[in-house]
Amino acid sequence: MSIAILYALVGIGLFCLGVYALMIHAHLLRKILALNIMGSGVFMVLLALAGRTEITPDPVPAAMVITGIVVAVSATALALALMLKINAITGRAELNDAEEK
Amino acid sequence: MEALSLLQWLIDGLIGIGLLWLAWRALFCPELFKAIVLFIAFGLLMTLAWVRLKAPDVALAEVAIGAGLTGALLLSSWAKLRGFDANKGMGAREKNSEQAEQKTKRPFFHGLYAIPLLLMAVGLGYGVLQLTPYATGLSAVVAENLDASGVSNPVTAVLLNFRAYDTLLEIAVLLLALIGIWSLGIRPSVREATPDPVLDLLTRFLTPLLLLVSAYLLWVGAHAPGGAFQAGSVLGAAGVLLILAGWRLPLSLAGLPLRITLVAGVSTFIVVAVLTMLGGAQLLAFPPSQASLIIFVLEITATLSIAAILAALFLGSRPDHSEKI
Repeated sequence: MSIAILYALVGIGLFCLGVYALMIHAHLLRKILALNIMGSGVFMVLLALAGRTEITPDPVPAAMVITGIVVAVSATALALALMLKINAITGRAELNDAEEK
Repeated sequence: MEALSLLQWLIDGLIGIGLLWLAWRALFCPELFKAIVLFIAFGLLMTLAWVRLKAPDVALAEVAIGAGLTGALLLSSWAKLRGFDANKGMGAREKNSEQAEQKTKRPFFHGLYAIPLLLMAVGLGYGVLQLTPYATGLSAVVAENLDASGVSNPVTAVLLNFRAYDTLLEIAVLLLALIGIWSLGIRPSVREATPDPVLDLLTRFLTPLLLLVSAYLLWVGAHAPGGAFQAGSVLGAAGVLLILAGWRLPLSLAGLPLRITLVAGVSTFIVVAVLTMLGGAQLLAFPPSQASLIIFVLEITATLSIAAILAALFLGSRPDHSEKI
């Protein structure tokens, strides 16, 4: 097992933790945190698998991950703005279906 | 040699365990504020992991955007949520939201959720372990064509030449997110205050430094780790700092000049794309002789646009509205 595989496994762990938190938390800020951690896990798998070499790693996944980080921050900003809007309308930073059950 | 590799395994193991632990704490600790701070720490540790994976370009982007800007965005949203709660009769509300959080905690079902997730983790892990331990991917192809790309940093070559199409769409996504936020019509926060003298002084010192770092990252990106995204996010961070210190864009600049800066990146990209197609080449296929110049122009406008968009994302409402208060 090489270091690249170790980091890929950590990435998978982060992704699964994120999915779990996304499902069980009702608070939207926590859901946004969970999405970000899921994204970090995916980036980690991508870059770890690009590092399966002795020489310089593959630059294509690195470029994709940089693009991904920038897209993630813009999605986070939009999600946070939507959360504040929902909070301003309903008084709660949660989605409605949480209280139906 | 043996000792060195053992030490490396130790470092990587600690980073891996630290990442998982920080993620766990950030996701499941009961206080929201603590969770956000832990998430910022998680971003910083991710930066170390990127360095260990020999991806310094990604580490630069992560530390400026993933840890810095995302953290600032989360904290400012958290403060706005709290401010909202405080306005609406303090204690009762906070208790309500806490009760709501308690109510949705149903440990039995959550245990059930964990089972398919564990299966998924095992399946994914098995898939990764089945992969060949050595693979070079596309690095050979990139290295072959690097001379024709106009820059010598392979990551910048991929971002702004070989896969420039992705970068065009990425800046468009940033712009779309900003348009989405502006169209929500959120009222600007009225916290117009005289800034803390310490913060004010710090901002005056830091802003020129951030400008310099940003320009350096932009220039160095052609042949070393750095580039438009890192430079843009450092410049955006300078904007965030100025906003936090209470500075606002003068009204004369908040209208058309700001909008021109916001769309400069994507429109330059589109103009270049159309010009390359008119020249008989494919979309965004730069002629090798001019590639260096084209990339530089694209990077400058992209840096300015990314910085303006990120600072505007942080402000969260249309600046020309907030000016009237």
